Amino acid sequence: MDPELIKDCVHCGFCLTTCPTYVLWGEEMDSPRGRIHLMGQHVGGTPMTGEMAGHFDACLGCMACVTACPSGVRYDRLIEETRAVVEREHERTPDERAVRAMVFALFPYRRRLRAMRLPMAMSKRLQPFLERVNPSLGAMAELAPPAARPVRLPPLVRARRRARARVGLLTGCVQGEFFPQVNAATARVLALEGCDVVIPPRQGCCGALSVHSGRPEEARRFARRTIAAFERAGVDAVVVNAAGCGSSMKEYADLLAADPAWRERAERLRTLDLAEFLVRLGPVAERHPLPVSVAYHDACHLAHAQGIRAEPRELLRGVPGLELREIAESAICCGSAGTYNLFRPEPARELGDRKAERVLATGADLLVSANPGCTMQIAAAVRRAGKGEIRVAHTAEVLDASLRGLDPGALGRAPRTGRAKARAV
Amino acid sequence: MSALESLTARLRDALPPDALITDPVRLRTYECDGLTVHRATPGVVVLPDSAEQVAAVVGLCAEHGVPFVARGSGTGLSGGALPRTDGVLIVTSRMRRILEVDVPGRRAVVEPGVTNLAITEAVRDQGLYYAPDPSSQQICSIGGNVAENSGGAHCLKYGFTVNHVLAVEIVTPDGEIVELSEQDAGYDLLGAFIGSEGTLGIATKITVRLSRAPEAVTTLLAAFTGIEAGGRAVSAVIAAGVVPAAIEMMDALAIEAAEAAVRCEYPEGAGAVLVVELDGPKAAVDREFAEVERLCRESGAFEIRIAASAEERAAIWKGRKSAFAAVGRISPAYIVQDGVVPRTALPGVLAGIDRLQEEYGIRVANVFHAGDGNLHPLVLFDDAVPGEEERAEAVSGLILDLCIEHGGSITGEHGVGVDKSRYMPRMFSADDLDAMQLVRCAFDPRGLSNPGKVFPTPRLCGEVPGVRRGVHPLVEAGLAEQF
Ligand SMILES: Cc1cc2nc3c(=O)[nH]c(=O)nc-3n(C[C@H](O)[C@H](O)[C@H](O)COP(=O)(O)OP(=O)(O)OC[C@H]3O[C@@H](n4cnc5c(N)ncnc54)[C@H](O)[C@@H]3O)c2cc1C
Ligand code: SF4
Ligand code: SF4
Repeated sequence: MDPELIKDCVHCGFCLTTCPTYVLWGEEMDSPRGRIHLMGQHVGGTPMTGEMAGHFDACLGCMACVTACPSGVRYDRLIEETRAVVEREHERTPDERAVRAMVFALFPYRRRLRAMRLPMAMSKRLQPFLERVNPSLGAMAELAPPAARPVRLPPLVRARRRARARVGLLTGCVQGEFFPQVNAATARVLALEGCDVVIPPRQGCCGALSVHSGRPEEARRFARRTIAAFERAGVDAVVVNAAGCGSSMKEYADLLAADPAWRERAERLRTLDLAEFLVRLGPVAERHPLPVSVAYHDACHLAHAQGIRAEPRELLRGVPGLELREIAESAICCGSAGTYNLFRPEPARELGDRKAERVLATGADLLVSANPGCTMQIAAAVRRAGKGEIRVAHTAEVLDASLRGLDPGALGRAPRTGRAKARAV
Repeated sequence: MSALESLTARLRDALPPDALITDPVRLRTYECDGLTVHRATPGVVVLPDSAEQVAAVVGLCAEHGVPFVARGSGTGLSGGALPRTDGVLIVTSRMRRILEVDVPGRRAVVEPGVTNLAITEAVRDQGLYYAPDPSSQQICSIGGNVAENSGGAHCLKYGFTVNHVLAVEIVTPDGEIVELSEQDAGYDLLGAFIGSEGTLGIATKITVRLSRAPEAVTTLLAAFTGIEAGGRAVSAVIAAGVVPAAIEMMDALAIEAAEAAVRCEYPEGAGAVLVVELDGPKAAVDREFAEVERLCRESGAFEIRIAASAEERAAIWKGRKSAFAAVGRISPAYIVQDGVVPRTALPGVLAGIDRLQEEYGIRVANVFHAGDGNLHPLVLFDDAVPGEEERAEAVSGLILDLCIEHGGSITGEHGVGVDKSRYMPRMFSADDLDAMQLVRCAFDPRGLSNPGKVFPTPRLCGEVPGVRRGVHPLVEAGLAEQF
C-alpha cells in the first residue's frame, strides 16, 4: 500500500455512486474513498483487523472507481497491494480457507476444470442442498453453464483473405472450458478479417485470478509461462476475448517489474482486446444483416480496467439490422467480478439481481458481453428471477454470425453444441 | 457511564444492528468530508433508513444532551459535516429512495440521501430535469444541497437550491417530524432552513421542483490568451442583456489540471477559456448565440468551438466539472476557496490574487462561475514542504478579505461550516450575528444540532428549564455569551 498512491485521493467522493458495494450498503467503509482511507489507517499503524480485511474482501475489484476518479487515483494498484497484505496478515476462518483453496486449486487449470464439468452439471440439482452447506458452493452450482461439448481448435487458422496481421489467440481457462464456441467464433472472425491466427495449444492460465486475489507469486509464474508461449508463436499481437484475462495481461510489465529481463519481455508482448484490435484493424469482411436487438453489457474488466467502451458498441452498430440498446446503470458491476461470486455469494447475488432487472428492462432479444463470468452471472440472475433462459452471446459470436450470414435466431441458444462450429473453423 | 455511552446502549435497541457503527476503524472513515484539513472521529455513526429512525435517534440525543451532526455524501467543502467526537453522526446515505414523481405537477418527492443527479436521471425520459447542478452532482446528496443551498454552473439563470425546493420534511432538534412548505402561511421557515448547514435540524424528505428541459441548448467554448480578455467577454455578454444558462471561466492552471485529468482537449495556448451555454426556445437561442460569438471574438477570443452534439457538449463540460478534483493531478494538496464579488470587481480581485501568489510563492488556479462573480480559487501547496500549508492557508484567507473589500461575500455556495466561521465577524457585525443566532435558538435552543459550525462564538439561548442551574460552564470559560 504505497502511501504516495494513497495521498493522491483528495476525498472528493466522485467514485462513490459507481461503486457496487456503496450502491448496495451505502456505507463509507465499503466505498472506494472509505477503503482508501482504511489503507491509509493501516499504513499509519492501525493493524489489519478482521473488520478492515472484511471491507477489502468486499471490494469487487471492478475498477469503476478508477474510471470515475478525476484525480487519477490508482485504486487498481492500491487494492492489489492491499489484497497481498490481507493474505499475509489476516487469519481467515477455516470455512473461508477451504473455499479459497478449492477455487485456487481448480480454476486456473483447464484440465481440472474439465474434470469438474460433469459434477457441476449434476450439482445443479443439488444446489439448494449445497447452498445450505456453504453459500459459496451453492453459488458455484448455480452459476455453472450447461456443459459444452469440447472444441478442439487447430494450432493455426489461416487468414481467409490477404493476411493483414498475424495474431495469437488466448483461449482462457473459463472461456476455453465453458464457452469454447466463443473462441471458435473469435478465430473465424479474425481469419475472415484477414488475420493468421496462432493458437498455442499448451497455453495455461494468464494469472488474472491470482493477481486479483493477492497471490502475486503464483500470478508471476502464470505470466511468465503465458509470455513464453506467445513469444514462441511469433505474433504481431495477442488478441484476448475475455476481458478479465486481457486486463491482467496488459499489466504484466507491472507485475514483473522486479525482474528487468522479464519486464522487458512483458513490454514487448502487445496485448489487445478483440474489440480494440478489430476497430484498429478496420473492417473489410462483408457484414450480413442480423435483425436482432442487443443489450450490450460493459464488463468491468473491459470498460473500467481497459477503458474499452466505445469499440464493442462500434462493432455491434456496424452490423446491419442490429439494434443496440443501452442498459441503465451500465457502469455498475454485475457482481461476477472474477471469483467474487464464489467468495462473497450474497452481495454478488444482489448485484446480479439488480443487473438482471435492468437487462430485462431493455427488452432486447440478446445479451452481449465480452466476459464469460458476467454472462454466467447475469444468466443465473435471470433464471432466479423466474424469467427462464436469457439468450447470451459474446461480441465475437455476433460478429461471426453476421460475417457468415447466419440466422440470428441461432445466436445464444442453449444448450450449445460445439461440434458444428468447430468444423467451420 | 458517559452520556454518549448510555445513548449508544439505547441506540442499539432503537436501530437494526447494521445501522449502528461503533468499531473505531470504521468510525474513522467518517472523520472528514470533502475538506480534509478538519478531522474528528465521530463518537458513533448511525445509518438510518427512514425519517422515523432519524427522529428516534435525534430524540435520544436530545434526551441525553448529546450533540449530533448530519452527513449526506460527505462532499462538503467547508467542514460542515465534521463529526463530534462526543456526538452522533447521522448519515443519510441509505435514505435514497425516490418516493414520488409527479410529471404533470412537475414535482418529485425524494429522500435526503438521493444524489442530485439521480433526480434528473429518474425524470429525464419525461423531458424534465432538476435544475441546480453543482459540479459534484453525481454524488452530493439533495439533503446536503438543501443544507448548503448549493448552486452550480446553471444557477446564473435558474437560481440556487432555494429556488427549486418546494417543501422539506425535517426532524427538529428535539426529535419531532415537521413539514416546512412554501405554502405555509407566516414566516418563511422553509427559506430559513435552506442553507442552514444542518444547524436547524435534519431534512428527511424533500419535495423538489422539476423543470422542463429546454427546447434548444447550445454550448460554446471560447479560448483567450489571458483572463482579462475572458473577463471582458463576460461583461460584454451580460451588458448586451443576454442571460446565458451558464458562463464559466477557467484560467491556465485550471486548464492544465483538467487536461491532465480528463484530456478535455481545450485549445492549445489558452490562458483562459470561457464556457458559455444558452438554452431556451430555438429561435431565441440561435439569435443570442450569434451575438455571444461576436462579443467573444471582439473581446479577443482566438478560437471558438461550438458543440454540435450532446457528446461534444459533455466533452466541453467535462473539463470544467472535473476541475476541482483534477487539481490533484498537478499539486499534492490544495484548498478550494469559495468567494463572491460583484462582477465589475472581478479584474481588481484577480489582480489582487496575482499579487498574493507572488508575495507568498503559492500557486492559485482559478475556476469561476463568471456570470455571478462566484470565484473558486484553488490554492495549491505541497504538504511535504514545511511551511507551505500555512502559507497556502494564509493566501486562502487573504483572498476572502479581498472579496469582502470589494463588496463581496465569503461564500457563494460551499457554506461556512467550520472552516469559515472565523471569517463571519469580518463580514457581519455582532448584531447581525446575534440576530442569526436567535433564529437558531428558536429551532435548537440547546445547540445540539451541528454545534460549532457557522458561528464563531457559540451563544446559548437562555436557560432551558430544569436542565441546568447557575452560570453555564461555557460562559464561565469565556467561550460563550448568554442572551
Ligand atoms: C469536487 C467538488 C465540487 C463541488 N462543486 C460544487 C458546486 O459546484 N456547487 C456547490 O454548491 N457545491 C459544490 N461542492 C460542495 C458540495 O458538493 C455541496 O456542498 C453539497 O451540497 C454537499 O452535499 P453532501 O451530500 O456531500 O453533504 P455533506 O458534505 O455530507 O454535508 C454538508 C452539510 O450539510 C449538512 N447536511 C447533510 N445532509 C443533511 C440533511 N439531510 N439535513 C440537514 N443537514 C444536512 C451537513 O451537516 C453539513 O453541514 C463541490 C464539492 C466537491 C468535492
Ligand atoms: S473496485 Fe469496484 S468495488 Fe472495489 S472500491 Fe472500486 S468501485 Fe468499489
Ligand atoms: S474520486 Fe478519486 S480522489 Fe475522489 S474520493 Fe474517489 S478515489 Fe479519492
